[in-house]
Amino acid sequence: MSKLTAVCLIMLAGVLTNNMVLSKFLGICPFLGVSKKLNTAFSMSVAVTLVMVAATAVTHPIYHYLLYPDYTYLETVVFILVIAALVQLIEMVLKKFIKPVYNALGIYLPLITTNCAVLGITMLNIQNERGFLSSLVSAFAAGIGFMLAMVLFAGVRQKLDDADVPEFLKGLPITLIAAALVSLAFLGFAGIGG
Amino acid sequence: MKSKNLSIFTNGLLKENPTLRLVLGTCPTLAITTAAINGIGMGLAATLVLICSNVAIAALRNVIPDKVRIPAFITIIAGFVSVVQMLVKAFTPSLDAALGIYLPLIVVNCIILGRAEAFASKNPILPSLLDGLGMGLGFTAVITVMGAIRELLGAGTVFALPVTSKFISPMIVFLLPPGGFFVFGILVAVSNAIAKKQGKKPVERLGCENCPSKGICASVQTASGEVTDDE
Repeated sequence: MSKLTAVCLIMLAGVLTNNMVLSKFLGICPFLGVSKKLNTAFSMSVAVTLVMVAATAVTHPIYHYLLYPDYTYLETVVFILVIAALVQLIEMVLKKFIKPVYNALGIYLPLITTNCAVLGITMLNIQNERGFLSSLVSAFAAGIGFMLAMVLFAGVRQKLDDADVPEFLKGLPITLIAAALVSLAFLGFAGIGG
Repeated sequence: MKSKNLSIFTNGLLKENPTLRLVLGTCPTLAITTAAINGIGMGLAATLVLICSNVAIAALRNVIPDKVRIPAFITIIAGFVSVVQMLVKAFTPSLDAALGIYLPLIVVNCIILGRAEAFASKNPILPSLLDGLGMGLGFTAVITVMGAIRELLGAGTVFALPVTSKFISPMIVFLLPPGGFFVFGILVAVSNAIAKKQGKKPVERLGCENCPSKGICASVQTASGEVTDDE
């Protein structure tokens, strides 16, 4: 299989088939909490994608050169601390050197430390025994998948505001049921890209 | 004193149930509830971590500097999660396979960090232990019930015992991701209806008031003008 095909398959699987939010249930908090406005949803997902790729780029070598094979049980502790430190570092670097990006994304960064999608993707990459480059691609794909889900759902929620919802389901329940329907649509991609 | 301790314990079980009333820890709630037995396994694993981390944090609450408390809490929690992970791997490998990546992800389960921040960092050891136990069992109870509902509708069995699988063909969609969102939505609606009958406020949105990153999240929402239609 050529390199390009492999990359396309990982992208397809990450964005559609194994969508982070809608089929793996990672990052549900921001998905339900920060998805009311389209532009917020978009900026948040850009920040998440950035951190996911950076976190994978750092944790992958740490796992393979430092922890493997004797200290693999430290994976959880090391990864969460590395991600927490990394997010702080990214925040500082952006603030100092790339001010416009910091102004757009800065407020989302601290939220991402405890976002299970970031820790989840680094662990999934280790679990699936991916190489360094394909890990990066899959982290990027997961970020784009997160963005797709957030943006789609922000659209659905804006419509939901005007909908006539039964009293019983008002508030969180109808949001969850709407999420079920969006997730149902993504089931249609099952099997594509493996 | 006794009755106070009892009320701390039942607080997590019913009044402030972490899953249905505080709406924390939604990721594992949705992800692993494809079978009732997974619910019990995940719930007990999280309960164990919650009790240990609550006790440790309560014991260290006067030592940990306020500024670095969140990283300190996360480190303590991650340590206990690793212990639980190794125990589950060693003694119940089938549960380890069923929970997969969600077992180490207990680290970012906001129930645990949320209780550390809201309760254990301000209270002595014994109440913190009871709070952890109550919250943990409350979480376990809800995800087990939800697992049982999804298993019954999606596979026709409960705890792998056939119930309706002989005469009704199961609706597999309930085992798939959409079923998770749907069943959880209905459960929250039912819990809201019960809360309303008792004169309490229904849960309108995700459990922001109880989330450890509430402050940051609120600043995001204010900055983007999202909070206009709330409260």
